[in-house]
Amino acid sequence: MRASNEQPSPESGDDAVVEFGRTAGGGGAGSMQKEWPNPAKGSFDDVAWEPGVAKPDPILVANGVVRQFGGLRAVDVEHLEVQRGAITALIGPNGAGKTTFFNLLTNFDTPDQGTVVFDGEPASGVKSYLLAERGMVRTFQLTKVLAKMSVLDNMMLAAQEQRGESMWRGLIGGWNGQETDVRAKALEILDQFNMTHMQDEFAGALSGGQRKLLEMARSMMANPRLIMLDEPMAGVNPALTQSLLGHVKRLRSEGITVVFVEHDMDVVADISDWVVVMAEGEIIAEGPPASIGANVAVQEAYLGSGAAALSEELHEVVEHPDHFHDATATDLGGEHR
Amino acid sequence: MDWYTIISNTLRSGITQQAIIFALAAIGLNLHFGYTGLLNFGQVGFMAAGAYGTGISIEEFGMPLIPAIGVGLAAGVVLAIILGYPTLRLRADYLAIVTIAIGEIIRFTVRAAALSDVTGGSNGINGFSNEFQSWNPLSGGKTYGFNLFGRINLRFTGADLWEMFVGWMLVFLCVFIVWRLVNSPWGRVVKSIREDEDAATALGKNVFQFKMQSLILGGTFGAVAGIFYAVQQNSVQPDNYGTQQTFFALTAAILGGLARVWGPVVGSIIFWMLLSAVENILIELIDAGIMPDWLMERSQVGAVRFMLVGLTLMLLLVFRPQGIFGDKREIAIDARK
Repeated sequence: MRASNEQPSPESGDDAVVEFGRTAGGGGAGSMQKEWPNPAKGSFDDVAWEPGVAKPDPILVANGVVRQFGGLRAVDVEHLEVQRGAITALIGPNGAGKTTFFNLLTNFDTPDQGTVVFDGEPASGVKSYLLAERGMVRTFQLTKVLAKMSVLDNMMLAAQEQRGESMWRGLIGGWNGQETDVRAKALEILDQFNMTHMQDEFAGALSGGQRKLLEMARSMMANPRLIMLDEPMAGVNPALTQSLLGHVKRLRSEGITVVFVEHDMDVVADISDWVVVMAEGEIIAEGPPASIGANVAVQEAYLGSGAAALSEELHEVVEHPDHFHDATATDLGGEHR
Repeated sequence: MDWYTIISNTLRSGITQQAIIFALAAIGLNLHFGYTGLLNFGQVGFMAAGAYGTGISIEEFGMPLIPAIGVGLAAGVVLAIILGYPTLRLRADYLAIVTIAIGEIIRFTVRAAALSDVTGGSNGINGFSNEFQSWNPLSGGKTYGFNLFGRINLRFTGADLWEMFVGWMLVFLCVFIVWRLVNSPWGRVVKSIREDEDAATALGKNVFQFKMQSLILGGTFGAVAGIFYAVQQNSVQPDNYGTQQTFFALTAAILGGLARVWGPVVGSIIFWMLLSAVENILIELIDAGIMPDWLMERSQVGAVRFMLVGLTLMLLLVFRPQGIFGDKREIAIDARK
């Protein structure tokens, strides 16, 4: 099973990685100059733009996943498939249940109903650390760097199947060779992320954006097949955002599937191959990024029901100021609930 | 004022049995709290389990000392499993609550009159470990040692020296084990759990298992402390296992510097030297008539020394919050979080 992690990167992928590491220099503006090949290109050509649609090669399938908090149905996803090798964005207004759904997919929370299948094998009820071992690695909305450990230790921790993690082996030894390999791999990935110079610093001393970078780099150490990023760009300055976007594209070019939650529509439009929109716990739309803005259901979710009508009303207000009072009192009042 | 007595008593209490016992207990607490982030407020429970396990095995079942020590260690392991199984899946505070209770539960159980056939009730078990002194290569009654600068008494009986030798060997052994482990991948995982359990889980680490291993090993060090205490005293007394013992050990661990291999050992030495120095200075002041009667009498020294030591420790931690060996940068990160 693990062998399938090491899919050969498409064309000159490896060279590109090294080149990236060298040229991007601290800023990150350089990252956009590199165009990463997109292996997912074309895989959505025959997929209909509708919620719950089947994908040609799904790596993750959720079926009837429901999570109830008291009377609130926080998540109620009938069917969702995530295409292998693509970047899928999960968007939706605040409180749509995106993070809760994320927690359910990664088994950090248990659904009241429903099943999840990861790479052909059932994931429901599997311990979350075992899912991570199987190649589903997630990050968190509030970054979880290990503050009082060095950046390098943060990275090395994430390597899988370390012999020295057995208490007995840790004590008697026999893990030094593997440790050397793990360190080399960690340094290589740090180099790709332009963080080599920070390797000995405490992770807690990094800035918010650097922490996001570290978390993403750390996920790479775990040989993931599917990376789930919960708001990877939140609180990151624009220059670093560009660099992070480059890294996400690079993950895809290496054959890793990416699912991410995001609010910034420019980011979503820039990197995602497919967008899934959630509102009030349900998936209300799916489609390529360009299709989402025009989707009436999405507009209503973001702007409230009757949004189209409201925008007409507002238009009228501009032309007939006399009606202003009536129009706003009813419609806007309704929106603030 | 007899400065030579003060100095010799202070030096002696830094290297004699009491410092050893608390160094051992504090090494375990350092593994729990300093490295793994487990709040164990019941280390004395592990000490009692070890001590009574050994004492009862000899007294009730006629075991020789070595297998009886094995029973004492096993009692510590069993206690760790009983405490850890229900609580380690929950938040850190649950372990703290359960451990603080278990120490007292054990003490009240072993001193219960109903069990006095086995545990000796409030009299404890006495005179069971003569075998230990029979292995002493020195002559137990003879005095060895020298007077430093002719006046500072560093002379010990053969029995004491044998106990101190074995005790310090145990301390070195435990420190060695901790040093090996915390510098291994096992230690890296354990530290990551201290920093953030969810992050460790998301990277494929079985957090429960690692916490359990740490609890067991640190608890075993506590049992070693209790066994050494009992064997060296040739007696187990229930009232020697009160809650304050845990906090003395915790004080030693914090004083030395948490998450530092030698921290608990140096902390224990300093703690007992400080206590002894304050006590001897107070006694000398009273005996020499310098301390006026209305301020303090000799019978009050026992209580006042703890007040003064507490004050000293507070000042020490205000100006050096990281302890003797700690790294100030780590404290700074804590403050930022």
